[in-house]
Amino acid sequence: MKHLLDTASLDREDAVAILDIAEEMALVSQREIKKLPVLRGRTVVNLFFEDSTRTRLSFEAAAKRLSADVLNFSAKGSSVSKGESLQDTIQTISAMGADALVVRHSGAGTAHRLAHTGWIDVPVVNAGDGTHEHPTQALLDAFTLRRALNGFPASGPVEEGPRGRGLDGAKVAIVGDVLHSRVARSNVHLLARLGADVHLIAPPTLLPWGAETWPVTIHYDLDEALAAEDFQAVMMLRVQHERMHESFFPNAREYARLWGLSAARLAVLPAETFIMHPGPMNRGFEISAAAADSSRALVLDQVENGVSVRMAVLYRLLTGQEETND
Amino acid sequence: MTDYLIRGADILGRGAGDIAIKDGRIVDPDLLGAGAETIEAAGLVALPGLVDMHTHLREPGKEDAETILTGSRSAAAGGYTCVHAMANTAPVADTAGVVEQVHRLGRSAGYTEVVPIGAVTIGQAGEQLAELGAMARSAARVRMFSDDGICVSDPLLMRRALEYVKTFDGIIAQHAQEPRLTEGAQMNEGTVSAELGLPGWPAVAEESIIARDVLLAEHVGSRLHVCHVSTAGSVDLIRWAKSRGIRVTAEVTPHHLMLTDELVRTFDPVYKVNPPLRTAADVTALREALADGTIDVVGTDHAPHTAEHKCSEWTAAAMGMVGMETALPIVVEAMSDHDFDFGDLARIMSSAPARITGASGHGSLEIGASANIVLIDPNRSHTIVPAEHATKGRNNPFAGLDVATDITDTFFYGHRVLAEGVLSTPHPAGASWTDQ
Repeated sequence: MKHLLDTASLDREDAVAILDIAEEMALVSQREIKKLPVLRGRTVVNLFFEDSTRTRLSFEAAAKRLSADVLNFSAKGSSVSKGESLQDTIQTISAMGADALVVRHSGAGTAHRLAHTGWIDVPVVNAGDGTHEHPTQALLDAFTLRRALNGFPASGPVEEGPRGRGLDGAKVAIVGDVLHSRVARSNVHLLARLGADVHLIAPPTLLPWGAETWPVTIHYDLDEALAAEDFQAVMMLRVQHERMHESFFPNAREYARLWGLSAARLAVLPAETFIMHPGPMNRGFEISAAAADSSRALVLDQVENGVSVRMAVLYRLLTGQEETND
Repeated sequence: MTDYLIRGADILGRGAGDIAIKDGRIVDPDLLGAGAETIEAAGLVALPGLVDMHTHLREPGKEDAETILTGSRSAAAGGYTCVHAMANTAPVADTAGVVEQVHRLGRSAGYTEVVPIGAVTIGQAGEQLAELGAMARSAARVRMFSDDGICVSDPLLMRRALEYVKTFDGIIAQHAQEPRLTEGAQMNEGTVSAELGLPGWPAVAEESIIARDVLLAEHVGSRLHVCHVSTAGSVDLIRWAKSRGIRVTAEVTPHHLMLTDELVRTFDPVYKVNPPLRTAADVTALREALADGTIDVVGTDHAPHTAEHKCSEWTAAAMGMVGMETALPIVVEAMSDHDFDFGDLARIMSSAPARITGASGHGSLEIGASANIVLIDPNRSHTIVPAEHATKGRNNPFAGLDVATDITDTFFYGHRVLAEGVLSTPHPAGASWTDQ
């Protein structure tokens, strides 16, 4: 595994290995000194062509806990609009000395392109490319689900933990704007590969043409789906208000009424169903405050696990090792 | 000018024979004088010089990507003796002045006949008709009009344009793309775009415009040419329109006959083109349509871009592929499983486009015709290497592909502009070759 560009091409073995390393990384957080020396002297560059404070901070924390030096480069908008080409940007950064690139870009495929053009020869981690993929988000979601569904604390250090396992048989719903969601695409591939039974619930306008070829079950009606299936976890996707101006749905009120996780829908969910959201949440739109703040919500666990999972990814790509030797 | 005797070439694949060229025309070999140069062409196939209805020569305005001279040399290297140059230059070819400039630059280049295509609307803005009559009456004698990559989406404007060009038996070449259905589109809408998360360009955006346009052409009795047909549904619509007697002609590109949207998985912008690469089912339908005559011509949509517009991330890259130097070998490869002989190849790449565009000096190997001829070697396997091509554009999607057919010689109004695969001098008659 040289890069982490997507989950579509990530096999089960590699995915489970990353989740298992992440379990080791989670143990670091209980130490007095929350640092491992494994990447000392290495430089991780966070290259963010699109704003994302949360994801950047998570990668930064992950790299720093592995003792790597971190350089942050943010360039809003496309490289072309800045007058500097992607190639020049990358080669400039390469010349400064980078051992790994973490790339966020508004265009699908940009991380893939950086990994294959020969402009730079270091591991590339896709931190979100357009509406294509966001593989570390899917890995942290899988990590959180694997913990919660196996009866472990959803985050924090766990000595034994669900090591070696997948998500076989887990029934997971992903609800909302699948069309514009890189999180959904990465989760569909990864959760299905780990053995989960993935259901997509969305208005037809917010499902990609051709989604029926994916390894998922598709529902248009949220209430029918919740009544018919015993989901072990329901993952709500962020929906941007602007989509109503593009006629994907009439308005926010109707969307919330038909596809939002309201207090009423929360009440009919089985008591053991977990609630997830990749954040940032639009409270009162795709998710109610009652759902977001309920004891079944794993939203903050997801954030916490994000650091462990990203540590695992950087560790694996930069050391090529399966387990920590510490 | 040198006279030539092309000896022993397989003429249109119908059998070996001799072709004599004297004073720029094809003549009876008995009329050749003693000074004629003999070209031993046994094993080669002679076809009429190719005619491309759809190229982008980029001049005026984007000379860093291509000039009329480099584009003309590229045409000659690909066996083309006549190419039509699209209107999306800077300034746009929407006045007699610009089309005459393109026409004049083509003549002074002297490697192929460059026929400008006029814009339908001023500045390709889709609002007001350009001076179509002035362009038709100019020295460039424009007959084909197109807003190129910008679809004439306003139905009333399209109707008026179709009607107006009847004045001079003109034709409107439409880039069929419903603009609202393709906002932000980056690739074919299908299962691949669903997975890659790239905004899709659905087949219906092409088909709905073709459906509307063939009905408009029927209603007003005008000639419509559909550029670069890319979907199976478009083929069905054109087949239906032709069965109704509607005066529609259709074009397909070599790349749409060969490549599919699966290649976008590489995110290499060399595969980014408009209309986008479609599915294997579309490729199959396009090949069948070319074989059965539903699609009339192959046009390259030769679109050179500078490296900085292609060596970028997918979403920022320009759309387009070069194609004149590889079109014929690619079409041969694409049609190898069909009942498709050299006569068919001559029809779709030479005589049919010559007839549609009124390029009277092209498309025939008959005695008395202008000596626009290409010789090809059907058994000269080689690997496509874009860096060796005459075009400035390196954005050729077939780089590294092995093809069986090679273009060896191009005769342009009797002058051998390509000799044994090597570009030679331009036509010596300067601006006057077509005046014969």
